[in-house]
Amino acid sequence: MSTAAVPTLRRSFGIIRIGVRRQPWWFALAVAGSALYGVMTVGTAWVIGRVTREYVTPAVEAGEVTTSQLLAIAGWMVGVVLLNVIGVVIRRVAAGVTMYNVGADFRRQVTRQYLRLPLSWHHRHPSGQLLSNANADVEATWNVFAPLPMALGVVIMLVAGVVQMLAVDQVMALIGLTVFPALFVANMVFQRHMSPRVTRAQQLRADVSEVAHESFEAGLVVKAMGREAEETERFAVVANKLKDANIAVGRTRGTFDPVIEAIPTIGTLLVLAVGTGRVASGAITPSEVVQMAYLISILAFPVRALGWVLGELPRTVVGWERVDAVLRATGEMTYGERDIPEQGASGAHLSGVDYLYDVVDEEGGLSQHQAIHGVTIEVPAGSTTALVGPTGSGKSTLTNLTLRLVDPHRGSVTIDDVDVREVTRGGVPSVGVLVPQQTFMFDDTVRGNVTLGGDFTDEQVWEALEVAQATGFVQHLEHGLDTRVGERGASLSGGQRQRVALARAVIRRPQLLVLDDATSAVDPSVELSILSALRSTSAGTTVLVVAYRMSTIVLADDVIYLERGHVIDHGTHAELLDRCEGYERLVTAYAREAAERAAVAADEEAAQ
Amino acid sequence: MSTTISSTSHLGTRDTLRRGLELSPELRRGLAVTLLLAALTTAGRVVVPLAVQQVTDHGLLAEGGPDTALVWRYVGLSAIAVVVTAFCAYAVNVRLFRASESGLATLRLRAFRHMHDLSMLTQNTERRGSMTARVTTDVDTISMFVQFGGIMLILSLGQILIATVLMLVYSPPLTAVVWLCFLPLLLVIRRFQAAVGRAYTAVRERVGDMLAAISESVVGAATIRAYGVEERTAARIDEAVEAHRKAAVGAQVRSVVAFSSGQLVAGLTLAVVLVVGTVLATNDAMTLGELLAFLFLVNLFTQPVMQATEVLNELQNAVAGWRRVIGVVDTPADVSDPGDEGQVLPRGPITVDFDGVSFAYPGSGAVLHDVNLHIAPRSRVAIVGETGSGKSTLAKLLTRLMDPTEGQVRLDGVDVRQVRFSSLRERVVLVPQEGFLFDASLLDNIRFGRPDATDEDVRLALTELGLDGWLEGLPRGLATDVGQRGESLSAGERQLVALARAYLADPDLLVLDEATSAVDPSTEVRLQRALEGLTRGRTSIAIAHRLSTAEAADEVVVVDAGRIVERGPHHELVRGDGVYAALHASWAAQQRS
Repeated sequence: MSTAAVPTLRRSFGIIRIGVRRQPWWFALAVAGSALYGVMTVGTAWVIGRVTREYVTPAVEAGEVTTSQLLAIAGWMVGVVLLNVIGVVIRRVAAGVTMYNVGADFRRQVTRQYLRLPLSWHHRHPSGQLLSNANADVEATWNVFAPLPMALGVVIMLVAGVVQMLAVDQVMALIGLTVFPALFVANMVFQRHMSPRVTRAQQLRADVSEVAHESFEAGLVVKAMGREAEETERFAVVANKLKDANIAVGRTRGTFDPVIEAIPTIGTLLVLAVGTGRVASGAITPSEVVQMAYLISILAFPVRALGWVLGELPRTVVGWERVDAVLRATGEMTYGERDIPEQGASGAHLSGVDYLYDVVDEEGGLSQHQAIHGVTIEVPAGSTTALVGPTGSGKSTLTNLTLRLVDPHRGSVTIDDVDVREVTRGGVPSVGVLVPQQTFMFDDTVRGNVTLGGDFTDEQVWEALEVAQATGFVQHLEHGLDTRVGERGASLSGGQRQRVALARAVIRRPQLLVLDDATSAVDPSVELSILSALRSTSAGTTVLVVAYRMSTIVLADDVIYLERGHVIDHGTHAELLDRCEGYERLVTAYAREAAERAAVAADEEAAQ
Repeated sequence: MSTTISSTSHLGTRDTLRRGLELSPELRRGLAVTLLLAALTTAGRVVVPLAVQQVTDHGLLAEGGPDTALVWRYVGLSAIAVVVTAFCAYAVNVRLFRASESGLATLRLRAFRHMHDLSMLTQNTERRGSMTARVTTDVDTISMFVQFGGIMLILSLGQILIATVLMLVYSPPLTAVVWLCFLPLLLVIRRFQAAVGRAYTAVRERVGDMLAAISESVVGAATIRAYGVEERTAARIDEAVEAHRKAAVGAQVRSVVAFSSGQLVAGLTLAVVLVVGTVLATNDAMTLGELLAFLFLVNLFTQPVMQATEVLNELQNAVAGWRRVIGVVDTPADVSDPGDEGQVLPRGPITVDFDGVSFAYPGSGAVLHDVNLHIAPRSRVAIVGETGSGKSTLAKLLTRLMDPTEGQVRLDGVDVRQVRFSSLRERVVLVPQEGFLFDASLLDNIRFGRPDATDEDVRLALTELGLDGWLEGLPRGLATDVGQRGESLSAGERQLVALARAYLADPDLLVLDEATSAVDPSTEVRLQRALEGLTRGRTSIAIAHRLSTAEAADEVVVVDAGRIVERGPHHELVRGDGVYAALHASWAAQQRS
């Protein structure tokens, strides 16, 4: 017997047990329905025999039939048929409910993990794969519940059948005892061959989904650069691999299906051949041989349900392994018991902070790249602090660290002297709010995107939109606050999304507001209005702002200048302008450029 | 004018299958041989039980004791039939898998390609998760049916035919009884199937919703954490998961009713045959032996009928999937490639003309009104204006992401609608504000538009753009993996990559739509100078709210409320008292300390 199949079998029973525990009653009902169906299937044969013997034969021999005889025939038959069908209905409905309930249960559980696991975990897993885990893999795992109750009913049938055979003749029963185990072994071998092929097909199915999802997300770029044909080619590579893998699955199935179908037929033929000999030697009667042959033939089809279950098991195991990997994923952020006191404004302090992120090389080896080096920053309560630095200098990482979207590898982050790692879950977002550079919109209404389910009145929503200078365009939307923004806010422009995201932050009246170049897609004049509105409404709030524009920087009490993850200098704008060369070059770039151009233009004019 | 991707095509079952076969011609290839083999398989399946019955009647129950020799002969012949049947079944299976997988791969590719060919506005009407489902799970549903259901359907229909012929041989009146019993089922089953079909369509739609809800928890991970809205997101997901579960259970119940009705009719038919047969037998219309043999044939008939009804239910599921895929393929592409009909424009300096161009988004007012604009070759133009003034729309019309509602956009005097896409994309490249990056190396992302570019080409491009210093700071240089959607890089860095990508593609006209909005000022100025030097031979159009771009341009075009209100060089406009002077004053105020 195969060696690989046994652990798979044991594993799958373990998985099935997990599923059954989730829905014990529906599963039990499905099995009960299946048992009724099993008993009634054998029962049908018995009833036909009895009706023929007691009503049909006497009537035919008598040459006339009475109404009561006909009613008896009809009554017995209809009764057994009805019970059989009721069994089938119960089995199938309950099996379906079990399967879908367990599936929904695990979809909830998997997505809870997505919400619970830290951002760093998300960065390591392609979104297409995660979608596949929550959808296709959950489905693959619990599909086994569709044929499982039927298979259990069949086991009951088989036991009844074998007992009946043993009662008739032990030699003949041997055939039955050979045929059913042979079926089982054939299924086991089948399963062993299928398992790796199915695994591969399943993995490729996830790959196809991943490529498609990424490519559709890149739709605009693909169009803008005319890469439709190349993208289709890239998709074709995985799609063709999936095709080949599925054909390999088909070949295996094609080999075993006919064998599994042939086994009981051969069993029936054997019963006839051997039975004839037994009848000739007087051991049994011809009608007993017929009964045995009939038993094997009516059991042969349902026995295939065992095959369906066994065929489904590799998918179950593979699916579960992928689902379970998500469920077992660790690295969950831990939370403490402390709260950050509610007051007007919060101070933040980063002390000796290092941050590294994972870098994967071609061979899949993992190394780490240090993005932040021993950064110490003080953001006093009520102050406005600007973070300035060239593109890729680590500004966004620092904003993420400040509000604990990620944890530092060394050093600590405190808000109002409370280490953020000791704060309760939800404690940091309740005092500190981040407006990221790249906004994310939910497929919800404008109102829903501002409140995010929080308890705010429409008046408050409009006030927040006013601060974000978004009242104008929202009023012009067809349904105002009730306008749905589409997936990721597709129906809004980049600048509109940024303003809605800003309103989302403002409405929460945070004690610490972190703006990561949050107005990059907004016109200068609109930005000025936003900044002055922010200053007048959120006076007292601590603001940490990533900025390039002089007008924003000038508003800051303190400026921190970064290069390549190091704090180069900090002080007031005037101080830095005076003593920090890199800073001076960065913030006066436009002015210098304008001056140079003006000079060139003046020269040209003078020359003319 | 813009079309939405229909959630499902409205073709009937037969038309859906016909269209499906049309789209996957491989499904038909070699079908005749497959059907012949299937017929053999069916015959084999019927021959064996018949032989068994004959052996029983004439061998085992032969008058004067069992006829051993006859039994062995029959058993031997049957065994051969079993083996032949098994081989035929194998061949049918493998052929069917090969044909269906090839056909469905074709369908998948076609739908995928068409999704990209749909206009930007059409694409934006559909969630990316649902788009993905159409080329993955929806196609899988069809393949499940074709491979498992399809073969069963063929075998079943063959068996129904053979069983009917045999029943007619034994007793035409009882055969009529059997068919009369099944006839109502065949009539009702259509209605059942329609209901089951609708239910499965609903399930597929719920799957799309569910994927969309789940994808929020994945793609919006940062925002969800920043606002602590895990619970709300969870509630939204739960809602979608529950809607899917309900739809799936609903479909299951409907399909069980349809299937069980078949089984019920099968059982009741047996009862009726027994009753009618008894009456016939007592009237000497048939013998008791014939009646019992007929009962056996009824089983041979009802079993495939039940299988066929079940498969027909699965067919509905597959048709639902098929409809959704066809829904994509048959959605017209509003902005379509003229293909071979179109013109190929020779490379070189390019002239751009907007001629009385107006544009309105579907269902809303015009955003551009009668725009006329001539842009000379080799000029550098900045388009400025308030948010919502319509300046981005100009860029989208120019690159044919959309077509104007009125008027013409012309390149070198040719209406862009008459230019082949391949030629248009070669000459004109747009760099959008959020240039999507693929989960691949920096190198692969930069050479996306020119895959044959070498490491050296890419390195040179970055150096020319003055980005070599930035490249050095990356952990693995060009081999740096940018992460999914480029999220390992900052927004500014992603813009650098998108710009380098467009630059390497070497178009005649570069359209920058807020392409450096997240880049720091000194890098931006450096980039601008680099592009200036390098764009001398080409035309560039930059849309920007950072007016440093406008200062550097040969000409500034000011758009206000969908109209061009001013145009001219920066130093002239800035001295006037128009829109530009005001915009520039507020910009300059921001730059002063």
